[in-house]
Amino acid sequence: MFMHKKIAGSLIAAALVAACASTPEGTVTTPSRGPSLGATPSAAMLAAMDTSIPPSGAGLPAGSGTVAQGAKVYDAKCQTCHGPKGAGKPADPLVGGIGSIASGKPMRTVGSYWPYATTFFDYVRRAMPTNAPQTLSNDEVYAVTAYVLNLNGIVPESAVMNAQTLPQVKMPNRDGFIDYSRN
Amino acid sequence: MSKKPSPQAIAAASETRVLPTDAPRDTRRRRFLTQSASVAGTLATAGVAANAAAQEVPAWMKTPGTPMRAYGTPSSHEKAVQRPSASGYATVSPGTGSSRTPHQSLEGTITPSGLHFERHHNGVPDIDPAKHELLIHGLVNRPLVFNLAALSRYPMVSRNHFVECAGNSSPNAGPKPPQITAGGIHGLASTSEWTGVPLSLLLNEAGIAPGAQWIVAEGADAAAMTRSVPLTKCMDDAMIALYQNGERVRPEQGYPMRLLLPGWEGNMNVKWLRRIKVTDGPTHTKDETSKYTDLQPDGKARQFTFELGVKSVITFPSFGHKLDRRGLYEITGIAWSGAGRIAKVEISADGGKSWQDAPLQGPIYAKSFTRFRLPWEWNGAAAVLQSRATDEKGNVQPTRAAFTSQYVAGMNYHNHYIQTWGVNADGSISNVYA
Repeated sequence: MFMHKKIAGSLIAAALVAACASTPEGTVTTPSRGPSLGATPSAAMLAAMDTSIPPSGAGLPAGSGTVAQGAKVYDAKCQTCHGPKGAGKPADPLVGGIGSIASGKPMRTVGSYWPYATTFFDYVRRAMPTNAPQTLSNDEVYAVTAYVLNLNGIVPESAVMNAQTLPQVKMPNRDGFIDYSRN
Repeated sequence: MSKKPSPQAIAAASETRVLPTDAPRDTRRRRFLTQSASVAGTLATAGVAANAAAQEVPAWMKTPGTPMRAYGTPSSHEKAVQRPSASGYATVSPGTGSSRTPHQSLEGTITPSGLHFERHHNGVPDIDPAKHELLIHGLVNRPLVFNLAALSRYPMVSRNHFVECAGNSSPNAGPKPPQITAGGIHGLASTSEWTGVPLSLLLNEAGIAPGAQWIVAEGADAAAMTRSVPLTKCMDDAMIALYQNGERVRPEQGYPMRLLLPGWEGNMNVKWLRRIKVTDGPTHTKDETSKYTDLQPDGKARQFTFELGVKSVITFPSFGHKLDRRGLYEITGIAWSGAGRIAKVEISADGGKSWQDAPLQGPIYAKSFTRFRLPWEWNGAAAVLQSRATDEKGNVQPTRAAFTSQYVAGMNYHNHYIQTWGVNADGSISNVYA
């Protein structure tokens, strides 16, 4: 019986750790204090998981790839789903439609619609190919990015994509979006 | 009077509702929706005739039933209540697609967990909860990593909220109304009681650093789904959901943890959540640029249209149901808004020429399904049924014409316009545009 006394802590009044608000259904209580159980991630964990790439290119990895190298990667690992030279079928087309977005018959592809080239790198690296995601090397992702951009006429055949050049690519539809996040 | 369903209703119970054979319990407080004054005096008197079989003791009363079982499932007679599914990439990526809540077969406001809609971008991962972790890093004072055991020790909240895919109702974006069920059209929306840890609690422990404005959230699926979310939403009502309708979140809904952003487009409610990076701006991921952006006729697309519009749909009667006789029916459906509580639902039986308020069934929760009901005397003539919801912020559900005029033809995101059901003289129901 005395055990209970020994292990009992102190109950904290709910009001001290929670914000209360009255609503038509009753009182909704949102706790405002937790037990601080988060651990400190290792530097290796942070490096391995921090893969999202914003338009600035911050966090782009080392490595590079050319259009010619990208064509080989594409033919081996992408063409089955996206068709020869990004023409599409059975999966989405990656090429074409530039200038069609305001035509009433928009064709939305990487070339015609995507506002940032960094998004293509980010997405391919994390999600493609769908039957074996996260298996491409950074060099392969840079290369296939160069190839698809070249198919769209956005970069020349001599282009080399890397952490410095990729964020410099200006996509045709860069200014095609209206920010509604504050509405 | 007994409440036994008619034999016809039993035969069709899997798809059509069991029709009540007596009047609603509380008719005094309700006003009836009638198509015209001429229906007075035609209250259905056709009660259900005594069923010959009912005079014998049913077989299931004359033998012991099955014993207890560790986890229950619906009646074997309800097997037809299913989520229809579709994949646009079936040959190359069968796990990329969706399945839809069959609203036409359901009642109340909570979606059974096994019928919650699915939208996956490369299948459902089989995650070992002992190996799954959530990392919070970026513009924070202290990066932190939590395992499920740690998160499960945090103070939690339980709230009823809908989740709706931004592509819900897209079948109605086509030029001709598809003849499919309410769930087939609007089934990418479901409501659960979600229980989890307020995200603000974890972000406060990590400490928000100067310059922080957004986060990017990442899932542990084979698409490594990522979406950017303004920090203000994260510090408001966002939750790391660990439980759905009282049990651990289902695999299809993000087991062992998902981000829940009440009222915001489903895709942002990242399932299988493994990482939150606090950032100074949006990351412009694939699903917030190339997808889920709303293209206008002028070639500009609205981006970051997160809050889902006020919406309602009549679930009975709807396509697939059949009114088998004239008389009293209860029109019912669900309404919801990403902006807050539903304040009003009006119903029209004449294609929007006249409207009548439908009583709302309480309690009415913010950003959650609200059930509405209105008795209706069907006189056997063709009718055009619509519901129109208004939320507590004064937002009113638009007509199809008003909504679609803002966008290019076929724009199939964030559709929340009025659904119209045509009641035909033979009692069948059609999806119509009005």
